[in-house]
Amino acid sequence: MTPFRRLTHYFSLYKTRLALGALCVIGSALFSLLKPVIIGSAVNALTTGFTRAMLVKYGLMLIGAAAVEGIFLYLQRWIIIVASRHMEYDMRNDFYGHLQKLPLRFYQEQRTGDLMSRATNDLASVRMLIGPAVMHSFSSLLVVGGSFVMMLRIAPSMAFISLLAVPVVAGLVKYFGARIHNRTKAVQDYFGDISARVQENLAGVRVVRAFTREQSEIDTFQRMNTEYVARNRSLIRLTSTFYPALHMLVGLMFVFVFWVGSRKLVAGTMSLGDFVAFQFYLGRMIWPLIALGWVINLFQRGMASMKRLHEVWSVEPDTDSAGALDVRPRGDLEIRHLTFAYGDRPVLRDINLEVRHGQTIGIVGRTGSGKSTLLALITRAFVPPPGTVFLDGRPIEAISMRQLREWIGMVPQETFLFSESIAENIRFGRAEATDEEVQESADQAGLTTDVAGFPQGLKTVIGERGITLSGGQKQRTAIARALVRDPHILILDDSLSAVDTHTEERILNALRTIRKGRTALIVSHRVSSVKDADHIIVLDDGRIVERGTHEALVEKGGYYADLYRRQTIEDELEEIA
Amino acid sequence: MSDIEKHEDEGSKAFDPRLTRRLLGYLRPHRLRASASVLLVIVASLFEIAGPAITAVAIDLFVKPAGAKPLGVSRQVGEWLAGHGIVLDALTGINFAAGVYLFVLTGGFIVLYSQMVLMNLMGQYIMFDLRKQIFSHLQRLDVQYFDRNPVGRLMTRVTTDVDALNDLFTAGFVAIFGDIFVLAGIIGVLFWMNWRLALVLFSITPFIILVSIWFRRGARITYRAVRARIAAINAFLQEHISGMSTVQLFNREDKEAEKFGGLNARHRDANVDAIFYYAVFYPLIELIETVGLALIVWYGGGKVIQGTLSVGALVAFFQYSQRFYQPISDLSEKYNILQAAMAASERIFKLLDTPVKIKDEGTLTAGTLESVEFRNVWFAYNEGGPRAEGQGPREEVGEAQPDWVLKNVSFRVNRGERVALVGHTGAGKTTVTALLLRFYEPQRGEILINGIAIREYSLEALRRLFAIVQQDFFLFTGNIADNISLGDASISPDTIRTAARRVQADRFISRLPEGYASVVRERGAGLSVGEKQLLSFARALAFNPPVLILDEATSSIDTETELLIQEAIQTLLEGRTSLVIAHRLSTIRSADTILVFHHGEIRERGTHEELMAHEGLYRRLYEIQYREAVVA
Repeated sequence: MTPFRRLTHYFSLYKTRLALGALCVIGSALFSLLKPVIIGSAVNALTTGFTRAMLVKYGLMLIGAAAVEGIFLYLQRWIIIVASRHMEYDMRNDFYGHLQKLPLRFYQEQRTGDLMSRATNDLASVRMLIGPAVMHSFSSLLVVGGSFVMMLRIAPSMAFISLLAVPVVAGLVKYFGARIHNRTKAVQDYFGDISARVQENLAGVRVVRAFTREQSEIDTFQRMNTEYVARNRSLIRLTSTFYPALHMLVGLMFVFVFWVGSRKLVAGTMSLGDFVAFQFYLGRMIWPLIALGWVINLFQRGMASMKRLHEVWSVEPDTDSAGALDVRPRGDLEIRHLTFAYGDRPVLRDINLEVRHGQTIGIVGRTGSGKSTLLALITRAFVPPPGTVFLDGRPIEAISMRQLREWIGMVPQETFLFSESIAENIRFGRAEATDEEVQESADQAGLTTDVAGFPQGLKTVIGERGITLSGGQKQRTAIARALVRDPHILILDDSLSAVDTHTEERILNALRTIRKGRTALIVSHRVSSVKDADHIIVLDDGRIVERGTHEALVEKGGYYADLYRRQTIEDELEEIA
Repeated sequence: MSDIEKHEDEGSKAFDPRLTRRLLGYLRPHRLRASASVLLVIVASLFEIAGPAITAVAIDLFVKPAGAKPLGVSRQVGEWLAGHGIVLDALTGINFAAGVYLFVLTGGFIVLYSQMVLMNLMGQYIMFDLRKQIFSHLQRLDVQYFDRNPVGRLMTRVTTDVDALNDLFTAGFVAIFGDIFVLAGIIGVLFWMNWRLALVLFSITPFIILVSIWFRRGARITYRAVRARIAAINAFLQEHISGMSTVQLFNREDKEAEKFGGLNARHRDANVDAIFYYAVFYPLIELIETVGLALIVWYGGGKVIQGTLSVGALVAFFQYSQRFYQPISDLSEKYNILQAAMAASERIFKLLDTPVKIKDEGTLTAGTLESVEFRNVWFAYNEGGPRAEGQGPREEVGEAQPDWVLKNVSFRVNRGERVALVGHTGAGKTTVTALLLRFYEPQRGEILINGIAIREYSLEALRRLFAIVQQDFFLFTGNIADNISLGDASISPDTIRTAARRVQADRFISRLPEGYASVVRERGAGLSVGEKQLLSFARALAFNPPVLILDEATSSIDTETELLIQEAIQTLLEGRTSLVIAHRLSTIRSADTILVFHHGEIRERGTHEELMAHEGLYRRLYEIQYREAVVA
C-alpha cells in the first residue's frame, strides 16, 4: 500500500457525503456569480432612467441570491469539513490501534515525542489536506472559472488580461507561502535550540553557579538571542513584502480594469453596469486565487505528513501464533539452552531452568546481568528463539500472546501507572474485578494503610491531576494490579526496591500464602525478597553462575553469600538512630 | 502552557492599568519606532481608503455616463481643478486618475511594507530585551528557587509568555490603531459623499458587530474545548506510548483502544461544534454585506434618480461596503490578545520581582587560602523562604518545622589537607558542599574562609576558590573543549589540552571524530559514564582552584576505566586542599581526616587507622562499602 492509496481508502468511506458536499460547492459558486449580474443590471437601469419600484426588486433579488448562496456555503462547509473530522477520527483510531500491536523492540528505538507528533501534528496536516484543501481547491476552481466566463461575456479582452493574474497571484502565494513556511520553521528550530539551552542552563544551575559561569552564560544567551532576532528579521522582511505585495497586485488589477473599463465607457463600448459587474467579478476571483496558492502548500504538507504516518503504519507487528491451550495451564515453566542477543550483544547465554507448578524461583544478580531480559522472554515482550521456552511442555511460541499474557501477572521493574484512580490502576489488571477483589489485592500488596490517608481512598486519582505516590506506593499498586489477575504465573521484577524493610516483610508474608499453587519468579537485589524461594539462581553477565537454596548458597560463599552478609550489616546500621 | 495556566488566562482582565504602565516601560527605548509605526499606520489607512474615492471622482468627472452629474465630492474636486485652470478631456482625465490610483497603490505598498517591518522588528527588540532581563535574573536567583520551581515552568516564562507579549506589541498595539483609522476613514469619506446614504449603510453595522461577537465568543469557547481535548489525547498518547509494554502485558489493548476512541470522539465532536460557528458565520456575514449592497441599490439608487447622488459616489459606496467588515472583525479579535498578554506579563513580572535572598554584598577576595572552617552549622532546606508560584496547599504541611539536614557540624580544613566525608546516602555530605559554595545559607552557625565569614567575600571570589566535581556529571550541549572550559575565555586551548592529558581524558577525546571540537549531545549522550567522569575531572583541573571538592561517583564502570579514574583522582588531589565525598577506599585511606556523617551529625572523626581501631560506624561502613575493593 502506498500513502496515497491509504488516503483514498479513507475518502472512499465517505464518498456519498463528499459527493453531496461537492454539489453544494457547485450551488454556492453558481449563486455567488449571480450577484454581480444583478448589481450591474441595477446600475445600468439607473443610468437609463428607472423607477423606484424596480430598485426594490433588484435589492430583494440580491438578498435572495445571497441567502441561497449562504445556505449552500453553510452546507458545503458543514458536510465536507465535518466529514474530514470523521476521517481524521478514523485515522487516529487506526493509528493508535496499530501502535498497540507493535512490539517492545519498536518502542525502544522510537522516541515517544516523535510518535506523538505523528499522531497529532501530522494527522492535523493530513486533515487539512482532506478537508479544507479539497474543499477550497474545488470551490476556487469553480469560482475562478465561473467568474472568468462571466467576465468573458462582458469584455473578452479585459477578461483575458485579468486571467494573466491567475498564475501571478497563485504563484506569488505559493512562492512566498513555501518560503515563509521554511523560514518560520528555521525560526522555530532556532527557538528550539534556545529553549534547549535555557533548559540546560536551568537544569545545570549548580554547575553554572559553582564555576561562576553566570556572565558567560548570559553572553551565550545574548548571542543566541541576537541570532534569533536576526532570523526573525529575515522572516519579517518576507512576510512584510508578501502581504503588501499581494495587496498591491490586487490593486493593480483594479487599476487596470478601471483604466481600460473607463476608456470603454467613454467610447461607449461598455455600459456602466457591466463596468461595475466586472469589478465585482474581479473581486470574487481574488480570494479563491489566493486560496489556490495556499491550497497547493497544504497539499504538499499533507502528503509529507501522510508519508510520515505511513512509515509507522508499514511497521509489521510480531507474528503471533493462533494456537491456544484448551485448558488453563498448570504453570510448569521450562527454559532450555536459551541464548539471546540484542543485535550482536549477547545478553543471555545458555540458560537452563525448570520451574514446577507451585514453585518459587528467586533470581539475583548485578544490574545488566540479564535478569529483566529473561523475564521479557517469558512474557514474550521479546521473541525467544524457537524451542527454548516451554509452558507445560509446549513451546511458548505456539501459544498466542494474548492467551499467554492472560495467565501471567507481572510487576515490571519500572512501575508504570496511569493518571487514573488507584482502584482503576489496580483494575487495569482485570477489568471485571469487583470492588471487593480490588480492595483485597490492595490489602495483600500492603496498600491499605497508605490508601486510608488519601483524600478519596482507593478512588484517589494519581499523577499530575491528583496526588503523587511515593516510589514504594507505586510499586505496591503495581503488585496489587498483578495480584488482582489471579495469575498462574506471578512475576516480580525487583518490585520491592523502594519499599522499606518492614513493609517488605509484610508483603512477603502475604505473598507466601498467595504463591501457593502458583508459579512465581522473583527478581530482586535484596536477599530478603528471595531467601524463601524454592530455588535461587544468580545471573552474571548472562550466565547462571550460582544456583541452589538460600542455605546452600550462603554456605557456598560466592556472590550470593557476600550480598547476604552486606545486607545484614546494612539492616543493622539502619537500626542505629 | 499547562492547563492551570490556561485556566489563569480565562480569569484575567484584558486591561490592567498597573501592568499596562509597566509594559509601556518596555516600549520607551523604542518610542521612535513606535511613533513612526503609528504614523505610518495612519498614512497606510489613508492610502487604503483612497481607491474607491478616486474611481468615484473619475466616473463623475470624466466618464460622465448618461444622466450622471458631478455632485458632492466629485463636484468639489471638479471645482478645485477648474479653479486652478486645469482642464482635462475624458481620456486624459482617466489616464490621470489611473496614474493617481497607481501612485496610491505604490505608496501604499511602501508604507505598508515599512510599517510592518518597523512594527515587527520593534516587537522583536522588545522580546530581546525581555528575554535578556528574565534570563539574567534567573542567573542570580537563589538555588533554592530552582528546587521549588520545575525547570519546565521557568522555561515557559522565557518562551511562551514572552511570545504572548510579542503579540501584544505587534498584532495588538499598533494594529488596533490601523483598524480604527481605516474604519474612521471609510466612515468619514462616506459621510462626506452622502451622509444620508452613509447612515442607511451603517445601519447594518450593529448586526455585523453582533454576529462577530457571537462568532468570536462561540469560536473561543469551542476552541478551548478543542484545545482541552487535544491535550487529553496528547496526555493519553504520552502515557500509553511510554507504557505500551504495560498495556500489552495486561492484554488491555481493546479496553485502551476503546478509551482512546472515546477521547478521539470527544475531540472530533468539539471540532464539529467549532465547524458550526464557522459554517454559519461566513455565510451570515456575506448575507449582511449583501443586505448592505441591496440598501445601496434601493436607497442610493433612489437618490441617483432624484439627482442628489452621483453615479460615481454610488459605485464608491458599493466598493467601500465591501471593505468595511474586515476591521470590525479584527478589532473584536484583539480582546483575546490583550487578555493573554496581561496574564503572561503578570507571570513574567512575578518572576522578575522574586527577590534574591543570598545577596552578593561581600567585597573581600581570598588571596592565599589558609583554612576552610564549619563552626556549629545547622541547616534545613525547608525553613521559610519564598513559596514557589502555583504551589498547592499540600506542601504547606511540611513547612511547619525545619528538618535538620546538618546538626551542629564543625570541622576545619587547613591548607594542603585532604578531608574525606563518608556516610550513608542522605547523611548530609553533599549539603556541606552546597553550603560552602553559598548555594544556601545555614540557619545557625558560621562558615569561615581564612577565619572570615564567607558572606564577606564576593560570590565570585568565594566560588573561584573551589572547583567542584559532582556525581551527576553535567555536560552541556557544545563541544568537548567548551565543556572543559565552560566557555571561560581565560582558559586557553593549551590549558584545556593539558588538563585533559593529565587526567588521561585525551585518549578517548582523540578517538572522537573531531577531537576537542566534537560536539557533545544533550546531557552527554553518546559518552560513557567513565568518559563523562574524566571530562568533569579535566574541567576541575582546567579551572585550577585552590580547593577541590570532589563528590565521587558510585556507578560501577569497567576495570580499565576504573583504574584510569583512580589515577586521575590522584592527579587531581596532588598537593591540593581538598574536600572529598569519598567512595573509593584509596581516596579515603590517604585522607588526613575522615569525617563520618550519620543523620546530619559528625559521629566520628580521625584517620583511617584510628577509626578502624575501634568498633564504630566507620568500621561497619567500611565492611559494607569497601570490602569489595579490598577483595579486588
